Amino acid sequence: MSQIPQKEREGERPGRRERYYAGARAALPFALATGVLGVSFGVLAGSLGWGAFAAIASSAIICSGSAQFAVAAVLGSGGGPVAAIVAAVLLNARFGPMGVAVGPYLKGGPLRRALEGQAVIDASWALASRGGGRFDREFMIGATVPQVVAWIGGTALGVLGGDFVGDPERLGLDAIFPAFFLVLLIEELRGGRSATMVALIAAVLALLLVPFAPPGVPVIAACAAALLGLRRTT
Amino acid sequence: MTMLWLTILAVALANAAIKASGPVLVGGRELPPRAGSVISLLAPALLAALVVTETFGDDGTLILDEKAIGVGVAAVALLLRAPVLVAVFLAALTAALVRALG
Repeated sequence: MSQIPQKEREGERPGRRERYYAGARAALPFALATGVLGVSFGVLAGSLGWGAFAAIASSAIICSGSAQFAVAAVLGSGGGPVAAIVAAVLLNARFGPMGVAVGPYLKGGPLRRALEGQAVIDASWALASRGGGRFDREFMIGATVPQVVAWIGGTALGVLGGDFVGDPERLGLDAIFPAFFLVLLIEELRGGRSATMVALIAAVLALLLVPFAPPGVPVIAACAAALLGLRRTT
Repeated sequence: MTMLWLTILAVALANAAIKASGPVLVGGRELPPRAGSVISLLAPALLAALVVTETFGDDGTLILDEKAIGVGVAAVALLLRAPVLVAVFLAALTAALVRALG
């Protein structure tokens, strides 16, 4: 614990504990949306005969909506485990570059960094982005907690309690995440011309690849746009 | 059933390994300035790709549907300096309304 008395820390930037809480608070609207998606995942898994334990366990240990929906879709349409695993890995490969971006702000040795990297989920990573490549570690970890709780709780409700939500699309919930990423993209673009250029190239690359590449690949390939940073800065 | 459990475990392990790879690779070392500038541009690249694929991508095809209208309304709201949560809420509300009317 810090030896600095509370008085002396006042007036400085918010303390670490405050930033964990601030992250958790900022994530609450997304936790709500995640909870509803969790319910629909639970209903889907239940309808595929997964059983409550497998559905809830998958949400607890995989903890990724995109990977789990992909696994359910592949297995549900008669695909084998290998196809399901490949689909999930392709979809979640974006956590590779996201982890690289946030990596310099995590703490400790390799094992601890590997553990802290597990807190990277889309909304938390994006919420913790401070522009210009900077990230707020405590804010990100704080933001992940309510979303994980909502995801697992939603799955349990869906698989045990049945379908009381209905189609999340009917509520327009599918528009929440792209709109939210747009908010953060606009923040990033304030970072200057090169950020804008990179974003444009990435968007075009991703759109061009959607009809040809497996789901998940366009987002990874679009990261190549960041190589623009190799240009000698003048 | 065993197949389902094996799949779940394999995906969980693969997911954890992917998430661990970035932080372990760039752990604690000083990066050369150019690598640093590439990494700092990953955020706008990833965000732009996520926006367009989540808005227009649907199982390997490009579509223009109610969701895109919702995201468009959010974009206009943001340009008019609406608060973030209002813009995100408007996106969902618009998509839901257009679907209900359509």
